[in-house]
Amino acid sequence: MDLAVVLAIQVLYAIASLALISLGLAIVFGMMRVINLAHGEFLMLGGYAAIVGTHLGFGLWVSMLVLAPAAVGLIGVVVERTIIRFLYGRMIDTMLATWGLSLFLIGLTTFVFGNTTVGISAPFGALAIGRYRTSAYTLFVIAVATAVLGGVYVVLRHTRLGLIARGTMQNANMAAALGVNPPRVYAVTFGVGAALSGLAGGVLAPVSGVFPTIGVAYIAKAFITVIGGGAAIVTGTVSAASLFGTINQLATFATTPVFGEVALLGAAIVLIRLLPQGITGRFFRRGL
Amino acid sequence: MAAPLLETRSLGIRFGGVQAVRDVNFSLAEGELRCLIGPNGAGKSTFFKLITGQLQPSQGQVLFRGRDVSAAAAHEIARLGIGIKTQVPSVFDGLSVRENIWLAAIRLHRRRRAAAAAVDEMLARVGLAALADRPVGQLAHGQRQWVELGIVLSTDPQLILLDEPAAGMTHEEVLRTAELVREINRDKALIVVEHDMQFIRMIASRVTVFNQGAVLVEDTIANILRNPVVRDIYLGKQAAA
Amino acid sequence: MSARAGTLAGLAAVAAFGLAFLLLAPHWVELDTLLDLTVYMIMSILALSLGLVWGYGGILCFGQAAFFGLGAYTYAVAMVNIGESTLPFLLAIALPAGFAALLGYFMFYGRISDVYLGVITLTVTLILFNTVNSTAGPEYHIGSARLGGFNGIPSIPPLNIPGRPEAALDLEGMFYLSTALLLATYFGLRALLASRFGRVVVGVRENERRAELLGYDPRLYKLATFAIGGAIAGLAGCLFANWGAFVSPTIFGLAQSAQIIIWVIVGGRGTLIGPILGSIAMEWLTTTLGANQTTGTGGLADLWSNAPLVLGAILIGFVLLVPRGLVPTLADGAGRLLRRRLPAPAAAPAPEVAE
Repeated sequence: MDLAVVLAIQVLYAIASLALISLGLAIVFGMMRVINLAHGEFLMLGGYAAIVGTHLGFGLWVSMLVLAPAAVGLIGVVVERTIIRFLYGRMIDTMLATWGLSLFLIGLTTFVFGNTTVGISAPFGALAIGRYRTSAYTLFVIAVATAVLGGVYVVLRHTRLGLIARGTMQNANMAAALGVNPPRVYAVTFGVGAALSGLAGGVLAPVSGVFPTIGVAYIAKAFITVIGGGAAIVTGTVSAASLFGTINQLATFATTPVFGEVALLGAAIVLIRLLPQGITGRFFRRGL
Repeated sequence: MAAPLLETRSLGIRFGGVQAVRDVNFSLAEGELRCLIGPNGAGKSTFFKLITGQLQPSQGQVLFRGRDVSAAAAHEIARLGIGIKTQVPSVFDGLSVRENIWLAAIRLHRRRRAAAAAVDEMLARVGLAALADRPVGQLAHGQRQWVELGIVLSTDPQLILLDEPAAGMTHEEVLRTAELVREINRDKALIVVEHDMQFIRMIASRVTVFNQGAVLVEDTIANILRNPVVRDIYLGKQAAA
Repeated sequence: MSARAGTLAGLAAVAAFGLAFLLLAPHWVELDTLLDLTVYMIMSILALSLGLVWGYGGILCFGQAAFFGLGAYTYAVAMVNIGESTLPFLLAIALPAGFAALLGYFMFYGRISDVYLGVITLTVTLILFNTVNSTAGPEYHIGSARLGGFNGIPSIPPLNIPGRPEAALDLEGMFYLSTALLLATYFGLRALLASRFGRVVVGVRENERRAELLGYDPRLYKLATFAIGGAIAGLAGCLFANWGAFVSPTIFGLAQSAQIIIWVIVGGRGTLIGPILGSIAMEWLTTTLGANQTTGTGGLADLWSNAPLVLGAILIGFVLLVPRGLVPTLADGAGRLLRRRLPAPAAAPAPEVAE
C-alpha cells in the first residue's frame, strides 16, 4: 500500500515535470508553429538565474518563481526580435537557427559559469510514507505544474490577451485588420513561452542541479511531449505528459532510470507514427 | 457497347462533417472528351483527386478499364495510364524545362537515347523548345501550364485529366490550348474542368455539371447552356458577378 | 554542349586535385598533420552522407550521427570478436544501411514528414546514446567485446589487408585508404545523381506529389536515399573507429549530429563539394580553436576556444544570412560576374544615386 502511494507520487511527479519542461515549448509551437531547439537552454538559464538570484541575496522563492521567469522571458524577447522574426514560416530554418542558439548558449554559460554542476538545496526536506521516504519538494513541483497549466488555460480561455493570441495564431492578417499588431503578439508570446521555461528551469534546479549542457537532457523530452501532444497547448501537453510520464516512471521502476528514458523515447516514436498530428490532432480536438 | 474507360460507382468522400463528393456515378467511354463544370466548391477538383488516388474515397469505387483502383496509391494509378494536370501547376520548380519533361519521359523509355528524343519531340509539341534550359520556377504562369501539360503527355497516359487548363492564359494561349486538347483527343480520352464557356465550346463535347459534390446533369454543351437550373446555380451567378 | 563540358571539366579538376593530394600529401607533411588530414577525409565522407540525404533527397535527418556511431560500434565489436577486418568492414556499412532502411520504412511509409522526421531521427539518436552509455558493466558484451558504456571501447584493432590479419594498416595506410574512399564516395555519388535514380530523387525533393502523379513511388526513392546515406555514414564511422582505435557514446551525441548539419549548411545543400569543404573548414576551425573545454581563465582567448559558442554563432549566421551555403552562393556570384563580363556592350550602368 505504502509502496503504491510512493509509486503514484513518482508517476505524478514524472508527469508534472514533463509538463513543466514542455509547456513553454508547447506555447511557442502551438501558437507560432515555431520549434525552438534552444528551449532546453532556456530551462538551463532559468536554473542559473535562480542560483545567481540566491547568491545575490534574494530569497530562494523570489529567485525561483520571479527572477528566473523574468530573466529568461526577457532573453526570449531579445531572441525573437534578433533571430526568430526573420524566419517565420520557415519551420526547418527556425529549428536550425535555434539549434545554433542552443550551442551558442551552452558555450556562453560554460564561459561564464564554468563546466561544473552548481546546485541549491531543495527546501521542505523529506516526507515519510509508511516505511518509505520521499522528498516533499516532489509535491511542490506537482503543485507548481498544476498551477501553471491551470493559469495558462484560464488566460487563453477567458482573457482578452488569450483571445488576441488565439486570433493572431489562427489568422495573422485578420488579426492585423482588427487593429492587433501581430509582431508584438509574436514577441510577447515567445517571451511568455521563454518565461515559463525559465520558471520550469528555476523550479527544477534544486532537483537536478544546473550545468551548461543540462538543456540537452530536457530538449528531447520536451520536444516529443509537444509533438506527441499536438497543436492544443494545454490539453496536448497534459495528455502527452501523462502518457509519457507514466511510461517513463513505470519502466524506470521496473528496470533502471536509463531504460525508463529509453522506453519514453521509444513510446514517443510509436505515437508519432500512429498519430502524426499528435494526440490532440485525433482526440480532444476542441481543446486549448 | 464497349466497357467504359473510367467508371465511378456511388463515389463519395467526407472531410470531417462535410460531404465533399457524394454518390457520383460517372462513366467515360474510350476516347471520349468530357467537360466538367460547376461553381467553386462543387467538388470537381476533389473528384479528380479521388480518381488519381490522391484521396481515398469514403464510399464507392473507381474503376479504370474495369479494374477497381479505389485503394490504389497515386503512383500505381499513374502507371496504369491516368495523367493529371492540376489546377495550380504542379511542376519541378528547381529544375529546367528539359529536366522536367525528361523525368516524365524516362519512366516510359528505359533507354536514355529514346528518352532524349522523346523530350525534344515534346518540347517542340508544346512550343517550349526555346525555353528548354530555363528553370521552370522562373517561367510565367501560362508557360508553366504548358510545361505541366508536356510532363503529363510524356508519360503517354490513356486518360488525361485537365484541371482548368486555360486559367490565367492570354486569348492566344487559350486558342492554342484548345487546339492541343483536340489534337490529344485524337487518340486519348480527356476530362477537362473549365469555367471558360468559350473554351468549352471550342473543344465541343458532352458536359457534366457538378453541384454541391454531386452530379446535377449531364448533356451536350448546347443543352446545358439552355438548361435553366444550370444557369441558376452557375451561369446566373457568373453573369451577376 | 557547354553545360556538359563544364560538368566534365569540374569532375576532371576534382579528380586531378584529389589524386595529387592522395599521392603527394604523405611526402610533404609531418605525421601528426597527416593524422589530422585523415580525420578531415573521414568527416568529409560523413558530410557527404548528409549532403546526399538532405541536400539531394530533401530529408532533414537530425540523427545522421546515429548511423556514424553504429558503423563505428559495429566495426569495433565485430573486429574484437573476429580479428580479421574484411567482414567487420562490410558489416560496419551494411548494418547502418539496414538500420536506416528499417527506420526509413517506418517513417516514409508512415507518411511522416518535415518536423516529425526531425523529431524521430533525433529521438532515435538519443535512444542509442542512452542505451550505449549505460552499458558500462561487464554484463554488457557482444561476444568477447565489452561495450564499456560511457568509457567506450578502447584499443580497437586496425583494418588489415583482406585475408591477411597480420598486415595491419599503419597511419599512412589509413590516410591513403580514407582519401581513396572519399574520392570513391564522391565520384560514386556523382554517378548516382546523374543516373535515372538520382534524378528522380531530386524530382521527389522538388515536388513529391508531381513525382507520384508521374508514376514514381516517392516513399521508395526516399527510403533508398536514406539507406545509402546510412551506408556512407557507417563507412565513415568504421574509418573513424580505426583512426582513433577508440569509440565512445559521444559519437551518438547531439553535438555530433549538429556538427554534421553545420558542415552541410556552411558548404551548401544540393552540392557534393560543398559538404566536403564545409566539413574540412569547420573541422579545421574547431581544431584551431582548441579543445571543447575552456580553461576557465576567463580571457577573450577562452571565448574563442569555446567551440560550441563559435559553432552556434556560425550556424545562426548561416541560416540568417547565407541560407544556401557557401558553394551555391559563390557559384551564383561567379556566374553573375561572368555573365556581366561576357556580353560586350554592357547594359547601362546602374544609376549612382538612387532616388
